[in-house]
Amino acid sequence: MEGWDKGTKSVVGEIPLLSTRAGPRDGEAWRQRLKEEYRALIAYTSVNKSKDNDWFRISAANPEGTRWEGTCWYVHNLRRYEFPLQFDIPVAYPQVAPEIELPTLDGKTHKMYRGGKICLTVHFKPLWAKNCPRFGIAHALCLGLAPWLAAEVPILVDSGMVKHKDDEAAPADAAAAASGSAAAS
Amino acid sequence: MDEEQLRALLRDLDALKQRPDPAAIDRMRERVAGMVTPAAAARSKIKDMSSEVVDSNPYSRLMALQRMGIVDNYERIRDYSIAIVGIGGVGSVAAEMLTRCGIGRLLLYDYDTVELANMNRLFFRPDQVGMTKTDAAVQTLSGINPDVTLESYSLNITTVKGFETFLGSLKARSSDGRNTGVDLVLSCVDNYEARMVVNQACNELGQTWMESGVSEDAVSGHIQLLVPGETACFACAPPLVVASGVDERTLKREGVCAASLPTTMGVVAGLLVQNALKYLLKFGQVSPYLGYNSLKDYFPTMEMKPNPQCSNPACVQRQSKPARDAAAKAKMEAEASAADECPVHLDNDWNISVVDDSDTVTPSILSTGADSLPEGLVRELPTADSYQEPVAPVTSGAIDDDLEELQRQLDALNSS
Repeated sequence: MEGWDKGTKSVVGEIPLLSTRAGPRDGEAWRQRLKEEYRALIAYTSVNKSKDNDWFRISAANPEGTRWEGTCWYVHNLRRYEFPLQFDIPVAYPQVAPEIELPTLDGKTHKMYRGGKICLTVHFKPLWAKNCPRFGIAHALCLGLAPWLAAEVPILVDSGMVKHKDDEAAPADAAAAASGSAAAS
Repeated sequence: MDEEQLRALLRDLDALKQRPDPAAIDRMRERVAGMVTPAAAARSKIKDMSSEVVDSNPYSRLMALQRMGIVDNYERIRDYSIAIVGIGGVGSVAAEMLTRCGIGRLLLYDYDTVELANMNRLFFRPDQVGMTKTDAAVQTLSGINPDVTLESYSLNITTVKGFETFLGSLKARSSDGRNTGVDLVLSCVDNYEARMVVNQACNELGQTWMESGVSEDAVSGHIQLLVPGETACFACAPPLVVASGVDERTLKREGVCAASLPTTMGVVAGLLVQNALKYLLKFGQVSPYLGYNSLKDYFPTMEMKPNPQCSNPACVQRQSKPARDAAAKAKMEAEASAADECPVHLDNDWNISVVDDSDTVTPSILSTGADSLPEGLVRELPTADSYQEPVAPVTSGAIDDDLEELQRQLDALNSS
């Protein structure tokens, strides 16, 4: 885990490791794995809240726990940018990591595969492979998605590819506010 | 329409007036049909492959392989079914090659649609943008060779639902005693996740498959033969890739996730289909692993035995299958080495000699445990840290073992 910042390192240390090597086609073993996933997600969410670093919501979108949906957000220049978040648990899980998708950013950045799957090849996949089967969904969010957002959102915002929802919803108001402040000065 | 063509037609008509000739009428009809609309040139199905050398026989050059003694029975290709997973830069070209070779049946899998960004690769055309890749492929391939039965599956095999359909489609038509309805699966996908899924399906079915890949920097690639229980499966060891041969630290990785070249992809598709043809039609030697480094034009080869501690239970189960497979394999190896030992050209008039390249290529790695790879090959991912699987499920102590209760706890956190 060399090359990771101290904050991420200490937080990932607080996420319980998983132990069951089971994928969505493994019946009862998958239910056991799912319990471990929940345990890790609950612990990670609690840690984030206690450190005032809450940054995602995620829950299973089907009873089998093979599809997950939620949102994640990132604060840049004191403004909060929020994105829908989704992924399927792949058949070969946990040997392969979930492919996290941010569908609203599809086509807006090169650091993404089709369908809005974020690019995890360099910074995350080797780590996941090394720690199989002990890493779960919570680890993928902490070590895969969080650093991706931290690297990409500032670039997307500064380049104008992503607009804050307030600016998007009422461009007329924003223009009025801008001209108003110009007049006041 | 060309004025010159019309004039030629007129001349032929005049000639016909002088002397009636049914063959000439047929030729003229064909030419006119070609001028009216190109689609009219599509041929009808052909019942038997003929080796007759005439311009109108699409199989004459393929059947010539038989006359030359390369292939014993070329026409057998019509009995074979191949599944191609991933109809991208490699898969689409592989599909076209097999279609032109007259393969019996092709099953095509992809969940993607054709985009303009694909046009730097072969096969797809700009007018197909927006179509699913499988449908666009069927459109083109059925025009090239109507004798091939084509099945199009537009789905994502990595999802649970897609996987079940994938597995079912591979099993269909197993009337002749085979485990599956296909003779070979070709993996032409561009990601580790999908390869692991093909691996899972083929291990469960005992289905021989071939894997292919092109590096994200577009300058190297590989093909690999996987026979469940006999060779290493894709999960037996971290995947092997060809090192680019340049200092990795000088490569710029920022900004993009994948580059591609029609050349590298065409080469890899060619290597893959060549290996598939050799495997099915039983000629030459089938390569267990063949790498391609385009920067140095270097082709490393190797062989991998299955890992008895493989994390894939279906692989381990296939490994324990009784000795009849081992015997079959020994026979195959004997044949291969016999073919090896006969030198092709001992001497020739041009002073060209074949140099033994065994010092640059390690012919086989007998155990996956010893991680000594041939020069130019590297592991794409690290090996998992040693981890003792718990014998019994971990007693979770204070943690509530009820799944619904855990869900409620997470929901509560989510809504606070």
